Amino acid sequence: MIGVRNLRKRLGTQEVLRGVDLRVNRGETLVIIGRSGVGKSVLLKNIIGLMRPDAGEIWIDDQNIIGMSERQLGGVREKVGILFQSGALFDSMTVEDNIAFPLLEAGMRDVEAIRGRVNEVLEVVELEGENAKMPESLSGGMRKRVGLARAIIRRPSCVLYDEPTSGLDPVVSDSINRLIRRLQHRFGMTSIVVTHDMKSAVHVGDHIAYLHEGRIYFYGTPAELERCDDIIIQDFLQGRSESTNQ
Amino acid sequence: MITRFFTGLGAPLVAFVQYLGELLLLVADTIRSTLTHRLRWRLFLQQMVDIGLQSQVVVAVTGAFTGAVFAAQTYFQFNKIGMGSAVGAVVSVAIARELGPVLTALMVSGRVGAAMSAEIGTMKVTEQIDALRALAVYPVDYLVVPRVLAMVISMPLLTAECIAVGIIASCFVAVFALDVNGPYYIANMVRWTLMRDLIMGMTKAFCFGILIVFISCHRGLTTREGAVGVGRATTEAVVISSLAVLISNFFLTMALNIVYPAGYQ
Repeated sequence: MIGVRNLRKRLGTQEVLRGVDLRVNRGETLVIIGRSGVGKSVLLKNIIGLMRPDAGEIWIDDQNIIGMSERQLGGVREKVGILFQSGALFDSMTVEDNIAFPLLEAGMRDVEAIRGRVNEVLEVVELEGENAKMPESLSGGMRKRVGLARAIIRRPSCVLYDEPTSGLDPVVSDSINRLIRRLQHRFGMTSIVVTHDMKSAVHVGDHIAYLHEGRIYFYGTPAELERCDDIIIQDFLQGRSESTNQ
Repeated sequence: MITRFFTGLGAPLVAFVQYLGELLLLVADTIRSTLTHRLRWRLFLQQMVDIGLQSQVVVAVTGAFTGAVFAAQTYFQFNKIGMGSAVGAVVSVAIARELGPVLTALMVSGRVGAAMSAEIGTMKVTEQIDALRALAVYPVDYLVVPRVLAMVISMPLLTAECIAVGIIASCFVAVFALDVNGPYYIANMVRWTLMRDLIMGMTKAFCFGILIVFISCHRGLTTREGAVGVGRATTEAVVISSLAVLISNFFLTMALNIVYPAGYQ
């Protein structure tokens, strides 16, 4: 379970998050949507402790992570994987070394067992046989898949996705969406997906939260979102720039 | 006008104090990490290769030509008063106490410090350090500790190499090119170069290594603004660590000369 209560975060002079409240139940996928620059990625980085909020509470499996030191957060982060927007692969390591990294850092030393686990997650992300490639020779979609494989190899109970389909063509985007769904079904992972890709949001989300002006403006199922007649939501869904800018 | 002067002085002063504070926090964090967490031996050995092994050519060439030119210049002056064979003593003491550690530090800050800040800085701006943190790996444990340990071991060894090569080169130049009497040259050199001169050089090398590695790692870890930021961090790492070496060298010389005074007392 992940809970966020009255989360506030200021970057420079701008108050990006102005009291965000969220709850994601075990095994559920929550999609956070919103316009560019509204603070979706900031919210995600706060949830995993990469940024420190100015106020509020963040609960991960009954632990409030606010006030924890960087080392104490290490214990929490073992339960939460994150897929960065860019993939954030270690560019001096091969695909296999990137994916094996969390296992090696956790103290696993059996080379065969590690290779077995790496091959297993490579199969899950449909990248079998790409073990020896360097990140620079991978396409954007492949990088995200490798990043995802690295995030899930320790079987975290929760995975956070930062714009998993941005910059990808529709076919690759669809395969990433199916992958997120598959992980949810196969491993029962709780997921939070940040995106502004509505097709992706509707495809993977059990619930959708619309972040607007630093607060959760709408929370509901994909069907409820589509039925919502609020002008701000409708402008976002239909990609209109005029009425909200007036 | 005085108020304006002090107001103008305020911002850079605050920035400088903040910078020193950040450096000290990094040092404290590294010491804590070294004492309480396991060392990643593979990374440490990799850094030993990068810092120690791969700097040898640069350091040896620097030492050799500095020793050679220093011997020649000293000889040109000393020979006028018939003291050509005293060149060895002057050169070896100067290289051991000053030139060896300072030149090695400057070369290492240019070669290794720049690479460190560029590598860590690139990792910072491409979210690789965030990825480390997200994978429950503390960046100081993974990036800073192996570099610090490798640097504090490598720097005295590189400096010793620079001193040795410099002295040998000066000897060759004096004896074979300038026709100084070899046995006298070596006898004077051995007589006037004391163990405390070498200890002073090694102590300085150790201090310079610490300065270079922390300044470079700190610049890398605080890099912002993409490729431009990496370039700026790299330049700043080299400039700040070179200045820190030259400035601290004066104070180290004054302080260490009390403990290890030059020449016979």
